[in-house]
Amino acid sequence: MINLSPWVIFFASIFTGNILLTYFLGMCSFLSVSRQINTALGLGLAVTFVLTLTAALNHVIYFRLLEPMGLEYLRYIVFIVVIAATVQFIEMVVERYSEALYINLGIFLPLITVNCAILGVSLFMVIRRYTFIQSVFFGAGSGLGWLLAILAMAGIREKLKEERIPSALRGPGIALIITGIMAMAFVGFSGIVQIQ
Amino acid sequence: MPTPKVPQIIKDDLWKNNPVTVQILGICSTLAVTNIFLNTMIMGLGLIFVTSFSALTISLIRRIIPERVRMMVQVLVISSFVVIVDISLKSTVPEISRALGPYVGLIITNCIIMGRMEAFASNQPPGLSFLDGLMSGVGYAWILLVIAFFRELLGFGTVLGRQVMDPLMRAVGVSEGWTQWSFMIMAPGGFFMLAAFIWIANNLSVSRVRHLK
Repeated sequence: MINLSPWVIFFASIFTGNILLTYFLGMCSFLSVSRQINTALGLGLAVTFVLTLTAALNHVIYFRLLEPMGLEYLRYIVFIVVIAATVQFIEMVVERYSEALYINLGIFLPLITVNCAILGVSLFMVIRRYTFIQSVFFGAGSGLGWLLAILAMAGIREKLKEERIPSALRGPGIALIITGIMAMAFVGFSGIVQIQ
Repeated sequence: MPTPKVPQIIKDDLWKNNPVTVQILGICSTLAVTNIFLNTMIMGLGLIFVTSFSALTISLIRRIIPERVRMMVQVLVISSFVVIVDISLKSTVPEISRALGPYVGLIITNCIIMGRMEAFASNQPPGLSFLDGLMSGVGYAWILLVIAFFRELLGFGTVLGRQVMDPLMRAVGVSEGWTQWSFMIMAPGGFFMLAAFIWIANNLSVSRVRHLK
């Protein structure tokens, strides 16, 4: 584990261990914001950014502060506060310096705090005991993997609007079936490299 | 906001307005562990504990929480209860706690809990809030248990770890016994099973509405 190259972790977290398609994380916003490609792209980019940043921050806080002090059990509370604070901070910075970016990304930022993928990545990082560099690559890779999944989903759903779907399956039902098929396709990657 | 009646809360949370089938909320943290029934059961119990007691706590302090920091207080209350669940699981069932991995912690970001706090507990009396938290937890857990039951049954051929499909197949004359659907244990199986459940549930609701008309 400790010797894994960061690049291996990076590719593995995009393809073989996709945070959404293998670990079911970030489903809520995945299902509700995947109707249009543009919004999906915006949310995906915001998630990637926040994921990379919080993975780095939480790594430092956990391994430099909580663990030496024997406060591991506090990690849930600390992680969620760090994530919420980071999101709030980014929102303020973006609002102050770039109006265009704020209009495009700003609406997604509050959604990100409760995106399970963000907290999930920090928790996986602790369990797998990644080094700092590994954690950053893991965060970025997971974010890009999530972005890839939601983009593909939005593309498919835009085409789906004209299709005739059984009424009981419309909305989340059909979205879950498509996600299942996508997950099957991603299982195909799992022969290349495995991280656990 | 009018105070809802007790039977109404129970009916809404368990079926009519079920968090999973109708609102599709909070499946992230639990769908991942539905390939083994026992793990789902433990996870479900943990979730019920967290939803009911956070609802009670939030309802008790609802008048003194400042409006601006409401969400933050809710998250902190929820995560404190999750810490309790995590520590008790670690000390009582260490193997299952290890198998659940990060997913216990992810109860914090389960949208159902936040949703119920916002929609119910922050403006209703403590007793009813506790009931609502309890019932939405149960409404969530029973569906995941059904999914877990079928995933384990088809994937491993077992119920609660006991082999049942193998003897059954031999009894009806299939000499090689039960072929495991390993697909069901993997992630896609979870997605398909939930989709199938939602499909069936929606069909039942639709026919019920038609019947009433």
